[in-house]
This record gives sequence, structure tokens and C-alpha cells, in this order.
Amino acid sequence: MSGRAVSARQLLSGNEAVALSARCQGFALGTGYPGTPSSEILERFSALGGRAQWAPNEKVALEVGLGAAFAGARVLVTMKHVGLNVAADVLFTAAYTGVSGALVIVSADDPGMASSQNEQDNRRYAVAAGVPMLEPSDSQSCYDLLATAAEMSERWALPVLLRMTTRICHSKTIVRPERRLDAAPPPHFERDIGARVMVPANARPAHRRLCDKLASISEWAPSSGLTIEHGADRTLGIVASGVSVVHALEAAPQASILELRLTHPLPLEVIRRFSESVGRCQVVEEGDPYLVEQLRAAGIKVEDKPAMYRFGELDAERVGRIVARDTSPEPVPPRGKPPELCKGCPHRSVFEALAQRDLIVSGDIGCYTLAALPPLSAMDTCVCMGASITVGLGLRHVLPPHQARRVVSVIGDSTFVHSGLTGLAEMVYNRPSTGHVVVIVDNGTTAMTGMQEHPGTGRKLDHSPTAKLDLAAVARAMGVERVVEVNPTTDRERFERELDEMLDRELTGVLIARRPCLLAAAAIRRYEQALARCDAKGEPE
Amino acid sequence: MRTVTNVVMAGLGGQGIVKGSDVLAQAVFLAGYDVKKSEVHGMSQRGGSVRSDVRFGDRVLSPMVSAGTAHFLLVLELGQVEPHRRLLAVDGVLLTSADVGSAELRSHKSLNVALLARLSRQLDVEERFWHDALRAQLKPATLAANLELFSRIRNG
Repeated sequence: MSGRAVSARQLLSGNEAVALSARCQGFALGTGYPGTPSSEILERFSALGGRAQWAPNEKVALEVGLGAAFAGARVLVTMKHVGLNVAADVLFTAAYTGVSGALVIVSADDPGMASSQNEQDNRRYAVAAGVPMLEPSDSQSCYDLLATAAEMSERWALPVLLRMTTRICHSKTIVRPERRLDAAPPPHFERDIGARVMVPANARPAHRRLCDKLASISEWAPSSGLTIEHGADRTLGIVASGVSVVHALEAAPQASILELRLTHPLPLEVIRRFSESVGRCQVVEEGDPYLVEQLRAAGIKVEDKPAMYRFGELDAERVGRIVARDTSPEPVPPRGKPPELCKGCPHRSVFEALAQRDLIVSGDIGCYTLAALPPLSAMDTCVCMGASITVGLGLRHVLPPHQARRVVSVIGDSTFVHSGLTGLAEMVYNRPSTGHVVVIVDNGTTAMTGMQEHPGTGRKLDHSPTAKLDLAAVARAMGVERVVEVNPTTDRERFERELDEMLDRELTGVLIARRPCLLAAAAIRRYEQALARCDAKGEPE
Repeated sequence: MRTVTNVVMAGLGGQGIVKGSDVLAQAVFLAGYDVKKSEVHGMSQRGGSVRSDVRFGDRVLSPMVSAGTAHFLLVLELGQVEPHRRLLAVDGVLLTSADVGSAELRSHKSLNVALLARLSRQLDVEERFWHDALRAQLKPATLAANLELFSRIRNG
């Protein structure tokens, strides 16, 4: 192998490949909210010199992205699968308005729930919203398909979904970063009220336009190069997309495999011809029977995977079993050691105090969800970002007073900014007669996803200083009756006293338990010292 | 001669499993192999079980090592041997912290590098690629000690 060829190869995760491609294709902006397995995309894009920023949540990110794409820019918006639920309000109507530049949305799904609260299959969103969807099968196709997504988005003036999964995001495979799109024209604004103001009179033709665009993509699909056939033996045919493709290549090397990179709209006639050319045609897909349902609805004869393989990730072993129609019980892997709150984690003292009081704890998404595990077992509900406050309010509204008085909501700082603000407004507006207490466990970072900044830290994605959202001032301004900030580790006694007082006096209260995450503390100190040095010199930031 | 070699590194969050498998993947990458590496991030930093798969050879397809196909299983925490033993091939090699004398280690944080050095004795990858991979992956402060440790164990 020549030295030149070696230097052209890179070993990249899918996330890194997407970031590199975004940089190489001249994306003007990357925005999103951290969420495993998507978080590293924007961090890498920033490290490569791209303009990347964390939004307070995914809805905000997609709206900012849409605005930039209205102005003709190439924009990348990243999130985990459940993030697209938050951004769905934007997505459905952005499909109507369309874009002037390129808007590529990465949805990083988590089959098997390595780090998520559900294993929803976001391929359904492409159909529901009517946006094209591409699915990479390794890092090389992550790199290539991001460029294709931008091309399609510009050609059909539509947002495009790049649907990844945990194994694609986090597996490292070899990439030759060769594709380069022509530069996009510089952003500019052109008035187009009919296309971008979605009042009914404009939205009705927009819906028809969207369907015409999807029909046009369907016509183009067979010549798109986005359907790849592997193998020659026609006894067994496999239709697959995403990481399932490489598992199928491994598990059934003798089979003919039709790899689908464009999974909405589907190249139905290509698949029909393939299925008719093989003895039996098996669909191999992780998660929901998305492909199977679409293909069967089109009258294409394919075999579904047995129901047991709908749950969890696939691997070569499971794909082998699917192909063999093996429904015997799978070996149960021995349980590993579950994760736990770090030794010395500031959340520990908070949850110890809650556990001692035998409270009803409405929890939220973050490291602190680990407090639900024994021995603490100090969390009673956890559903989605921000639900701690509002689920707690619902409990307060209907429980008998002796139980209602014991309900406490616990939410992290980043989660609070993401989805807690409206919950606080609800608490003040529809105040339970027993009041309510919200504990914000503020460790100064988005710890669970890898120490990302957020509006409450006063630092941007690249850790440079910016305005800081003052959580206590926000709570006071909203009309919360008592707002207290306390360090739960060094001043645990006061934390407990304040908690008891808010509960006993039946106040609406926000108790901010503030102490930096152990894993982030050293870095936070470094950022603060750098800022202090800058301030001392009187230099502009 | 097998066309693909499967290595699994396992242990607990914080032991450097991900970093160690990055070094391995990069070394075989620099040696010119096709390589795929796979692990699950997320909860791993919080002290739970962590596993990382590295597969390399002429052409690698799936990034994950199936049960019974690991040619090498490197386990950094003895308690994690049993949960991962099913991955080992019949003739697979198990390397654990017990295979590296504690006297050889100046810091328990170097266990990942020590086990890679033991592994490297059995792989067809030149030492210079390992050193380049260590240089690329480790912090400058710990690099010299780890390079020395690696060479001592590899050639010991």
C-alpha cells in the first residue's frame, strides 16, 4: 500500500464522518441538543472549524436551522431519536415550507436502548412528515450520504432526514473522504410569502407541492445509485438498510443482498424486481417492521422477521437466526455491572436526603436517573425531558393531601433549560393547593451525554464565554414563591432544612442544589480561570 | 490463516477500555488492515460494564463480535471475565489483569496498555504502528511511560 493511499484513509466513527463531511461540503451551521448517540457530531464539527452551537432543545435547534436554510445556507441539525419528538412540530410544517438551502436533520436512533428511555423507530417520522430519508450502513456511507442529503435537500427544496443508529454513530470504520459538493451560493433573503407563511390558504397548495416532490424523488430513486446489490446467488434474497446490511453480509455471505440507502420514498419497483428474481426474499431490519409494511402494502412479496427480533439491536448472529427462521429462545447474556452515580457525585446527597424522607419523587432524564436504582431507589417516575415538574404537578392535583404534600420534582440544569421552563409556568399558573417543590440538581454541565455546555453554564459549545441564564432569577421572575440556591454537599444541613420548610409550608418552591459535576469540575475551573485572566487584562472576548 | 481477527476488550467504566480499543484499532489501521471498532457509549462512564469490539483483516463486515468468535478477549477487571466469556472462540485466548504482574505496572491506569502489549506479541503488527497509535491516542503527560511499558511487556 502506498503512503499516499494510507494517508487518505481515516478511521472514523459515523458521527465523526458526518461532521467531516459537513465541513467538507461547506455547511454554514450545525445546531442541535446533546443526546446519546448523536452528541459527538457537533463537537467534532466545531473542532474541525465549523460553526456549531448547542440549542436549549431540539425544537429550537430545528427552527434555527430552518431559518438559516430559508436564507439559502447548508445546515446540519442533530439530535437523538426522542429529540425528534420535541422537534416534530417544526418538522411537519418545514416539509410544507421547504427550504432554499440545504437542511439535513440527523436522527440518531437507539435500538436496544443503550442510553435511552425507549426504542422508537424514527423511520416512521419520514413517512408521517413526508420528508426524504437516507440510512448509512458504515462511516463511509455516513460521509457520502451527508453530501447526498444536502444535494437532495437543495434539488427538491426539502428537509432531509439522515437516520443513524447507535452502532452506526459509534462504530469506527475506514473512510476515504473524497466527495466534495460545489460551494453553496452565499446566504441571502428572498421574499416568498406564499411558500413560507403557513396560513391555510398557503398550506393547502404547499401540501400538494410536498406530495409532488416526493413523487419526483420516487421517479429519480432507481437511477440515484442509492440502491446497491451485493452477491449473485438467487436462492435467498435479503432486503436491508442501515447497520443490518453489514450484519446480513456477514451472516449470509451466499445470499443476494439489496442495500437500501434511500428508505423514504422507497424505490419500490427496484425492490419488486429484486424480490421476483430471488427464491425467497427476507427483509432484515432493526426495530419496527417499517420496510415490511411498506413493501407488502405495495404488493411486494417479502418475509418478515419473527416477532422476537423486533426488540433490541441486531447483530450477525441474530440475522443468521432470522434468515434460518429460528425462533428458539436466544441465550440470555449474563448481566454486566449496571452503571451508578459516581462516588462523591453531588447528586448523591440530594437523593439520600429525599430517600430518608420517603418522598414521592418525580424524576427526569440525566445521570441522576441512576438514583432510581438500588440502593437509593429514590425516584418514582421518569418519562421524558421536563416531565419531572409536570408529572409531579399532576400527582399533586389529585392525590389525597397527605400524599400530595410529599411529591417532589427533581430535574437537572440542562434538562430544566431544555423543557422545564414551561413546567415552572404551569406550576405557578395552575398551583396545586399543597404547593409544589422542584429541586434543580445543577451540576453545571450536561453530564450524562459527555459534559456539554448549555445556556445555564454561560459557555458556548466550544466552551467560550457567553451570557448565562440565571436559573434562580428565572424562577423568581416567573412568580415561584420561594427560590433558594444551596450546595448540597458542603451545606447538606441547609439543603434539608430548606426542603423541609418548602414542603411543610406548602409553598411553590425551587431549590437549586448547585455543585459542579466531579467529572467536569476540573475543566469548569480551567474555563473560569481563563475567563478571569481575560477580564483582568481587560481584553475583549 | 484467518482473514478477520476478532478482539474484545472488556471491563468497567473508567478503566480505559474505549481508549485502549482506540489504540488497537489505530495500530492495525496504520498497519494497513481493514478495521471496524464498535462499542456502546453513554452510561459507560458511570462505572458500569463496558465492552469494545475490534475486528480487522482483509475485509471486515459487521462491526460487532458474535458469541464464540473472539480470538482474543482482554478483560481489565476480573469480575468481568464471566459476563464476557461466551464471546471467546473455542481456541480463543483470554488475557486478564492476572497476566500482567502488578510489579510491571507503575499505575493501574496503564493496565489497558499493558494488556495491549501482551496481545501485540500475538498479532502481525509492527511495533512502530503501536507506538504511532499510542502517540496519537494518549495525553503527552503519560505517553513516555506508556511507550516504555508497552515495549517492555511486548519484548519481555
